[in-house]
Amino acid sequence: MDNLKLELKTKIIETLNLEDLSVEEIADNDPLFGDGLGLDSIDALELIVLMDKDYGIKLTDPKEGKSIFQSIQTMATYIEQNRTK
Amino acid sequence: MNNNFYIKSSVSIKKHKIVLDETEVFSSATDGFTAFSKEAYKNFEINYPKFFKMDNLSKLAFLGADLLLKKQGLNATDNDIALILANKSSSLDTDATYQETIADKENYFPSPAVFVYTLPNICIGEISIKHKLYAENSFFIFEDFNPKFLKEYSEFLIQSKKTTQVLWGWVEYFKKDYQATMYLISKEGKQVHSLENITKIYTQ
Repeated sequence: MDNLKLELKTKIIETLNLEDLSVEEIADNDPLFGDGLGLDSIDALELIVLMDKDYGIKLTDPKEGKSIFQSIQTMATYIEQNRTK
Repeated sequence: MNNNFYIKSSVSIKKHKIVLDETEVFSSATDGFTAFSKEAYKNFEINYPKFFKMDNLSKLAFLGADLLLKKQGLNATDNDIALILANKSSSLDTDATYQETIADKENYFPSPAVFVYTLPNICIGEISIKHKLYAENSFFIFEDFNPKFLKEYSEFLIQSKKTTQVLWGWVEYFKKDYQATMYLISKEGKQVHSLENITKIYTQ
């Protein structure tokens, strides 16, 4: 799980071009949107693509996304339970 | 009539060099525009993380506009500045990048973050958001640099009282070749807004 969380932080920084952030600065429970990392709606779409491309998870229900993308911790938990690759 | 309009301030970005009001303010020997723009961003302490999410055309236009507008020392209410930009290649460079994400049916992952930049006028939006500009704006695409049309159009906007100043720019980016020539036109200034002076800034 710790490796997956580290991997997610690295991928999020790289995919979303968060140049001013480092892996160490993202806590597992930091909110990804709003006051946390401050991601926007386009970032949310990129996270959906990332889930599909890297973990074989297709998210179709927007309501699901709200709870999955709360933090690195919630993302990692969901990926562990649902990944197909 | 031409003498009623002036170039208040100008900026040129090309060949890894930035010239602001005829003075070189930054240069770099780094490889590629992305690295160059990042160095310039840090050098001028722009402090706007969304910059790194932009495509190269938007980064180029944003850098030029930011340097020009900051030099004016504008306050939050100075937003009556129209934005008139133009180029030759539209957003083709980013269009090609996006196309790569959808070319392979077996590996089909269209990128939303790339897709949003597949229109050239997005760079006008990026500048307007940062500097809170609400006046007229347009992005034109021409076969080649077309100062005559852009000069007349910009002057018309001021003459018809649509705005008091125009941020005018030729912002071209395609396959690693780039050039931004931007300036502010107003009723005040020292350099006459003539085709000769525009061409001088473009070729400097």
